[in-house]
Amino acid sequence: MSGGVDSAVAAARAAEVGYDVTGVHLALSRNPQTYRSGARGCCTLEDARDARRAADVIGIPFYVWDMADRFHEDVVDDFVAEYAAGRTPNPCLRCNEKIKFAAVLDRALALGFDAVVTGHHARKGTDGLLRRSVDLGKDQSYVLAVLTREQLDHSIFPLGDSTKAEVRAEAARRGLSVADKPDSHDICFIADGDTRGFLHERLGATPGDIVDAETGEVLGAHEGAYAYTIGQRRGLDLRRPAPDGRPRYVLSITPVTNTVTVGPAEALEVSRVSGERPVWTAGPLPAGEVECEVQLRAHGEPVPATVRVDADGLVASLHRPVRGVAAGQAVVAYRPDPAGDVVLGSATIATTERAGVPA
Amino acid sequence: MAYLDHAATTPMLPEALDAYAATARELGNASSLHAPGRHARRRVEESRERIAAALGARPSEVIFTSGGTESDNLAVKGIFWARRADEPRRSRIIGSAVEHHAVLDSVEWLVRAEGARVTWLPVDDRGRVEVDALRAALDEYGDEVALTTVMWANNEVGTVQPIADLASLCVAHEVPLHTDAVQAVSQVPVDFAGSGVAALTVTGHKLGGPVGVGALLLGRDVACTPLLHGGGQERDVRSGTLDVPGIVAFATAVEAAVKARAEYAARLSEIRDALVAGVRAAVPDAVLNGDPTNRLPGNAHFSFPGCEGDALLLLLDAQGIACSTGSACSAGVAQPSHVLLAMGADDDRARSSLRFTLGHTSTRSDVEALVAALPAAVERARRAGAVRAARA
Ligand SMILES: Cc1ncc(COP(=O)(O)O)c(C=O)c1O
Repeated sequence: MSGGVDSAVAAARAAEVGYDVTGVHLALSRNPQTYRSGARGCCTLEDARDARRAADVIGIPFYVWDMADRFHEDVVDDFVAEYAAGRTPNPCLRCNEKIKFAAVLDRALALGFDAVVTGHHARKGTDGLLRRSVDLGKDQSYVLAVLTREQLDHSIFPLGDSTKAEVRAEAARRGLSVADKPDSHDICFIADGDTRGFLHERLGATPGDIVDAETGEVLGAHEGAYAYTIGQRRGLDLRRPAPDGRPRYVLSITPVTNTVTVGPAEALEVSRVSGERPVWTAGPLPAGEVECEVQLRAHGEPVPATVRVDADGLVASLHRPVRGVAAGQAVVAYRPDPAGDVVLGSATIATTERAGVPA
Repeated sequence: MAYLDHAATTPMLPEALDAYAATARELGNASSLHAPGRHARRRVEESRERIAAALGARPSEVIFTSGGTESDNLAVKGIFWARRADEPRRSRIIGSAVEHHAVLDSVEWLVRAEGARVTWLPVDDRGRVEVDALRAALDEYGDEVALTTVMWANNEVGTVQPIADLASLCVAHEVPLHTDAVQAVSQVPVDFAGSGVAALTVTGHKLGGPVGVGALLLGRDVACTPLLHGGGQERDVRSGTLDVPGIVAFATAVEAAVKARAEYAARLSEIRDALVAGVRAAVPDAVLNGDPTNRLPGNAHFSFPGCEGDALLLLLDAQGIACSTGSACSAGVAQPSHVLLAMGADDDRARSSLRFTLGHTSTRSDVEALVAALPAAVERARRAGAVRAARA
């Protein structure tokens, strides 16, 4: 129970249908004061209080579990290391993989619980498959696609059939004071939302060049390649405009040479993605090629693709190009389904190719 | 439900509750000059005399406060400030390493904010302060010590301190000794004058009185700078309108608790010994922490190897058994107990501990419920502990 509206309603629904529910709030900060203050985070003292209050109203026991060390190692340190390696990680996904459905689930199972219930907007039907939420705008199946079948078997997502608006209305009806608490969008362990500043503090200044993809010409300087993400346009601060006057975008980040490569929008278009460390949420994919849809970042548009499983992971050939695909994000494969697209599995994006040209 | 957390708070004694309800219907501010005011004042002064008589103090030595935390803060900060103002070189505090956070954090605050220096006295593996350590500290620093503070009995492991011995050393060095007797009064004999201490903390809700009222017994000749300024109530050391019903109920509880003490302690010891035996039979490798003899009769404190205390607490709670890990929480997260660490326990042992404390409503059936639920809880907590250990 993060202290937000979703987990509160999820707990209430689980209790109402007869589960023996215990509320758990995760203490994720080694020093609670340093994480985001105010009502929008997932790790503050105020959030712990809100979660406790929600548990009181629902009428379930409530405890705080200290996961600060594991969260720090598995999520925060990983986040920093991934940026340092020129990739763009998704810490919520990592937190699900390593904390909520691993450390927390393992402890819960050992203590005699059967499953972890969360307020994620995703569905798990009687077939045990993970599906998108009915609220496509709030769907969180992407960040759950790292779950193995076994983890999924011990997970319950009571909110998948509801829209966010319905969840809020229900919270108000149940007398949960978190009903109108704003959604959290930022990264919970970056207090002020300043990711660049956070990385700068940890990785220091590492000045390097910003280079034109086509000419190789040095167009500008940067203070640390980690401050850039693929597809970024603003804040490049280039010395000269492009000859054709069109905007330029970050195309790639190369940690070895500490360069940020920029180019025109169409150079961002990716048509092939290879992923490593695959997880087959719906069970192993059949050998050969599978026609499905893939999603390449949280809240990204799904695109039709042909996915082939190979020794290292998977390769997704996109049926139409997608812009701004970053290594380190997940490629999630879905099987379109009228009852909610089914998550087949996911992998971490390792490389991308533009119309046959490796980026 | 089996309530085994009386050291956290214990139910009000029926006579204290009755006294509270009756007095709460009465009118009057004890500082007012008219008849209702005089009536309220009379209630307060009668209560002061009852508490003084029960605890071996003079009535004028009883300063009413909002409880243990305030009394500890007032004693530590107030005596420090007054003593240092009088003799500027006296800026050192000697305290035991196992104090309650109300004392510990007050001292640490004085170090940070007021430039105080501190000597923490070590304890042995049973949690007893070593008298020789105090002697050595006083010999070394005697003329720069503003006060010494050592609790009468420890709230976690229940160890009773050699207060009389510590007090006579302090008297010889003309250093005031404050003692937090919150857990001691009602369970062991406490005599303020006889003990030789300069100041003593007591609180209502640990002995059958209400929460939010307590006292500092402060020797008449012990200077103490106030924390709370205002109307000058309570010898000008503690301002604030007096809580008449709370004070009357507190006095009723103190009087009743002290009167019944010997018999009560014998009854608690008997139940506690059954609890210890039952826990040992149920979990043969459980380790009893604290002092086997110099111990509060209502306290049993164990480490359960391989378990985390907070996992056990959750599992027992689910079976209707209320106990405590005994240590302070920060944001709801149990910290390894500074008391156990001071006793030489390692982090794992400190985290694996659970405190069971008894009070006037405790019965043998509480023990039976605990002993019945414990083996399964320990087994599950061990599994959870193994999951954690496997990863570390
Ligand atoms: C030894 C000791 N001192 C002080 C206190 C604080 O007393 P109160 O709750 O009245 O502020 C407690 C209670 O937790 C205690 O056990």
